[in-house]
Amino acid sequence: MYKTLFAAMLIATPALALDDPKVTLDDPYRTGMLGYLQKQILDDPSQITLDPRVKVLAPEAAEDSFHVPITVDARGIENVERIALFVDYGPIPHILDYYPGEAEAWLSFRFKIDQATPVRAAVQTTDGAWYLGGTAIDAAGGGCAAPAAAYASDDWEERLGKVRARMWPKTGRVRVIVDHPMDTGLADGIPVFTIQALDFKGLDGKKMARIKLYEPVNEDPTFSLRFAEGALTAPLQVSGRDNNGNEIEATIPFNGAIR
Amino acid sequence: MTLSRRAVLATGLAATAAPRVWAKPRLEYALKPRQVADGLWMLEGSTEYFTFENGGNIVNVAFAETDAGAVIFDSGPSRRYAEELRKLVSEMVPRGIAAVVNSHHHPDHFLGNQVFTDKPIHALEETKAQVALHGDGYADNMYRLVGDWMRGTEAVPPNTVLSSNDLTIGGRSFSAVPLGGHTQADLMILDRATGTALTGDLAFLDRTPTTPDADLPRWRESLDYIASLEPKGIVPGHGPFDTEGRSLVQTRAYLDWLDGALTDAAEDGLDMVEAMRIDMPDEFAALGAQPQEFERSVSHLFGEYERAALPEVN
Ligand SMILES: [Zn+2]
Repeated sequence: MYKTLFAAMLIATPALALDDPKVTLDDPYRTGMLGYLQKQILDDPSQITLDPRVKVLAPEAAEDSFHVPITVDARGIENVERIALFVDYGPIPHILDYYPGEAEAWLSFRFKIDQATPVRAAVQTTDGAWYLGGTAIDAAGGGCAAPAAAYASDDWEERLGKVRARMWPKTGRVRVIVDHPMDTGLADGIPVFTIQALDFKGLDGKKMARIKLYEPVNEDPTFSLRFAEGALTAPLQVSGRDNNGNEIEATIPFNGAIR
Repeated sequence: MTLSRRAVLATGLAATAAPRVWAKPRLEYALKPRQVADGLWMLEGSTEYFTFENGGNIVNVAFAETDAGAVIFDSGPSRRYAEELRKLVSEMVPRGIAAVVNSHHHPDHFLGNQVFTDKPIHALEETKAQVALHGDGYADNMYRLVGDWMRGTEAVPPNTVLSSNDLTIGGRSFSAVPLGGHTQADLMILDRATGTALTGDLAFLDRTPTTPDADLPRWRESLDYIASLEPKGIVPGHGPFDTEGRSLVQTRAYLDWLDGALTDAAEDGLDMVEAMRIDMPDEFAALGAQPQEFERSVSHLFGEYERAALPEVN
């Protein structure tokens, strides 16, 4: 009786097809999660393929679960509009969305990892098509549910929103660190407290790039952007706000002489 | 939570499909002591990173014979290791074991302590505090890295805080020098009778130095100090016995290179993943546990270098 029931359940599994995404990909990581993530994070695109031009670079193992470094490089793809970064395993899968705008389709940053997981980058071009890449990261875990280290020091409120930044016009690099606890809301008694977006603009207000941040981005978020060599000819403004309404404003000076 | 449950389900199904392995090999470290000076033996670990194959035996442990029994320097990575160590030393030294010393609070150096709780386990005060703070976390992570070798291992802090630079046990006299830089507190022991320095992880030989708690300037000062003692032999924390001071020179050279390389990477505007992939000189690429240890060092140290390279702009 039970045996029959069990067999029936196995046969019935394809009924879950209601759950299937429009495009089923041959996922190299075989986590069984990809279809779900396509629907949840990418809004179930009808055009999506795995593409080796989407490179996700990270150490094989996370040495520090709170600050896992990662680089996504999709410069081999033209007309990139958006890059979504997300994990398969973790309480909050979506890490960030990058809209490179005038910048190249390349971003380096850090995030909090909760357990060993693939990390994926989905790249959307202006025609609406998606291209997917990823890498697997091993981890001891725990990065998401612990309180920010900032609360161990007394001056975190003074540092809130402090920006460190620099640009390298010759190589087109821009680096930014914003001091902020980036609380996930998963630690006991500490509500979500995160920067929601960072915008990069010229002094004339021209939009250059935009990053939408979600809870898994690390404490004191750190971003590296790349522009074409010689494309940076003036200071850049960085602005943003967190979910408590705190404003972030800074100007990255132009210094063409250095490196 | 839905996500995790799905994940577990997927893993569970995969596991049922795999054939079961019934016969398990017996885990044994097969420790082989080597005499390196009069009344002083060393148990040399591999120069790899922690793996299931090496069971965490990547560390050097030593013991000296005294009139009161053996003094053991560092207790190894696991309970199993320390049980083998205790048996072996008890067989070799007629008076048994007099005391244990912990050089610093990293897991491969103290996780055997629980086998020696009936003896004095000497360490610096800060080492005791760090083991109390991080010991359980280290033990958990070691289970993850080397698996069943760790069975029954629990973090036990040292029970005797060193209060003097002189440690005399059973008529054998040691200098116990509080140094630092590899960690907050690194104890160097000089066996006065033979002029042998037991450096803990202040010195590595043919194995990449590790930096999870490093303070590079302080570490370099400590190396200068040990060199000034002109030891006749050195038992480094990792790597072979050293009679020429190579471990001090090599560790110093690597730390100097690391400092310069990370400074340059930050000044050039690289991010961490890029810094992990810079070219390494052959002499350092050839050290044990590369490139993992360099990558780990970038994770540990790069944050400070990039903050120094990026000015405040608001
Ligand atoms: Zn160590």
